[in-house]
Amino acid sequence: MTTLAYAVRDSNTMLRRNLRHTLRYPQMSVFLAGAPIIFLLLFVYVFGATLGAGLGGTRADYLAFVVPGILMLTIGGATTGTSVSVASDITEGIAARFRTMPIARVSILTGHVLGSIIQTFASLVIVLAVALAIGYRPTANPAAWLGVIAVLAMVCFAFTWLAVALGLSAKTVEEASNTPMPLTLLPFLGSGFVPTDTMPPGLRQFAEYQPFTPIMETVRSLLTGHSPGTHLLTATAWCAALALIGYLWSRYRYNRL
Amino acid sequence: MISATGVHKAYGGTIVLEGVDLDVPAGAIFALLGPNGAGKTTTVNILTTLIRPDAGSIRIAGADPLTDPDAVRAAIGVTGQFAAVDALLTGEENLILIADLLHLGRRPGRRRAAELLELFDLTTAARRPAATYSGGMRRRLDIAMGLVATPRVVFLDEPTTGLDPRGRRAMWETIRGLAAGGVTIFLTTQYLEEADHLADKIDLLHHGRIVASGTPAELKRLVPGGHVTLTFAEPAGTDTAARALGLTPPGDRTTLNVPGDGSVPSLRALLATLDAAGVELEGLSVHTPDLDDVFLALTATGAPR
Repeated sequence: MTTLAYAVRDSNTMLRRNLRHTLRYPQMSVFLAGAPIIFLLLFVYVFGATLGAGLGGTRADYLAFVVPGILMLTIGGATTGTSVSVASDITEGIAARFRTMPIARVSILTGHVLGSIIQTFASLVIVLAVALAIGYRPTANPAAWLGVIAVLAMVCFAFTWLAVALGLSAKTVEEASNTPMPLTLLPFLGSGFVPTDTMPPGLRQFAEYQPFTPIMETVRSLLTGHSPGTHLLTATAWCAALALIGYLWSRYRYNRL
Repeated sequence: MISATGVHKAYGGTIVLEGVDLDVPAGAIFALLGPNGAGKTTTVNILTTLIRPDAGSIRIAGADPLTDPDAVRAAIGVTGQFAAVDALLTGEENLILIADLLHLGRRPGRRRAAELLELFDLTTAARRPAATYSGGMRRRLDIAMGLVATPRVVFLDEPTTGLDPRGRRAMWETIRGLAAGGVTIFLTTQYLEEADHLADKIDLLHHGRIVASGTPAELKRLVPGGHVTLTFAEPAGTDTAARALGLTPPGDRTTLNVPGDGSVPSLRALLATLDAAGVELEGLSVHTPDLDDVFLALTATGAPR
């Protein structure tokens, strides 16, 4: 077998290990899908009427507005799970065992990345299902849906590599559960929950230029049947840059364990 | 099977290993003995390809960990200081995970896992998550995971630390069994008793240097301080013997410790003196210094930097 074939096979073994962890320790998954659902219900039922009025519409209009932001919260929140599980492997010695074995070294990380993406997608599906259940009616056609899935996959990939780097950089599991916090909060400081032009100067510029805003704009456009325009390009560039940074940072930390 | 020359390792300004030389013949049980902080774990991590030394040359089963780490990894099994098991997986799943990573194939992998579970007395706990295991069971699983590939060299970093006396005895049996099967064992320990019981060869590591090397018996001979214990039927005999040997009579006792190295000429002279004094001797035993004496004597001279 070639080196690549071994890497794929070992990554697959590691992926099965990570998925088994998810089944054995479902509390983490429940929390990762549960938190964005609570935010969804909070924003729609508590703030929704007022915020909807601010948009010149109703609670139902706000629901349509906020879903992309909630999806980003789901992805941002999932980074905590990834970072914690990577840090657990590093601190509990099992990663050291894998590193003394003749296996494709990268598979330890790719197993986590693939496992996290699958888990995050499961959370995204649950969150969307809840949104649909409370009356969310996206107007996207099948092609636009494919676009939404592609964009979400791209975002997941980028943020998961960042989370892996944070997990590898943490000295303890507790630290690994804290360092992804900014990624969890970042969607709030963008165009996901209120339009950025209602924000004060400074914050507004930050909100317009931070990576989640073009991503949320792209997803919102696709879900409402509009063309995402240049937002798609900016979002793709951000994801490519973040994925590359996350990957290189992870590789740097991993080689220095 | 394991050889190292001039291994250096420093972290920042702290020198951890300062020119360590090692030579472990195939099939031996080798013990690297040293107090906490001597550099034992760093040595194991370098030999098992986890970290790179700053200088030095190393061969493990004929391969160089610096230029061909995968050849070394294919020859070794490693059990670190902290049980490296996946606590969320069952014992069986842990072993199958390792077998899958070693590409043993589905059926041979499962067969090997079952063999090891049997060998390490974990069959009844095979379907329980490792998180529910006792310390001794985790250790056994940990070692079993290092043996899935039937390695030629097994590294055990403090394999009995944290085990109760029964667990320790069982671990010693396991280690002897592996060595009897032709596996070369490299173990670290801070327990002299353990090295004395198990090892064919012991190196004493202190402040990053090997300060002594040899069989347990050779090491003990490095240190003077042995004695001969004489046993008498009556306390009166003890007194007479003490006076004849120029020692202070110990009082109402039937044993007398006489300083000496226990060599044949010294024993002959001792017995001649007792005969001349007309004392009836009931028994005699020679005490060479134990490894504790060696350890204290050698580590006391190596002044900390």
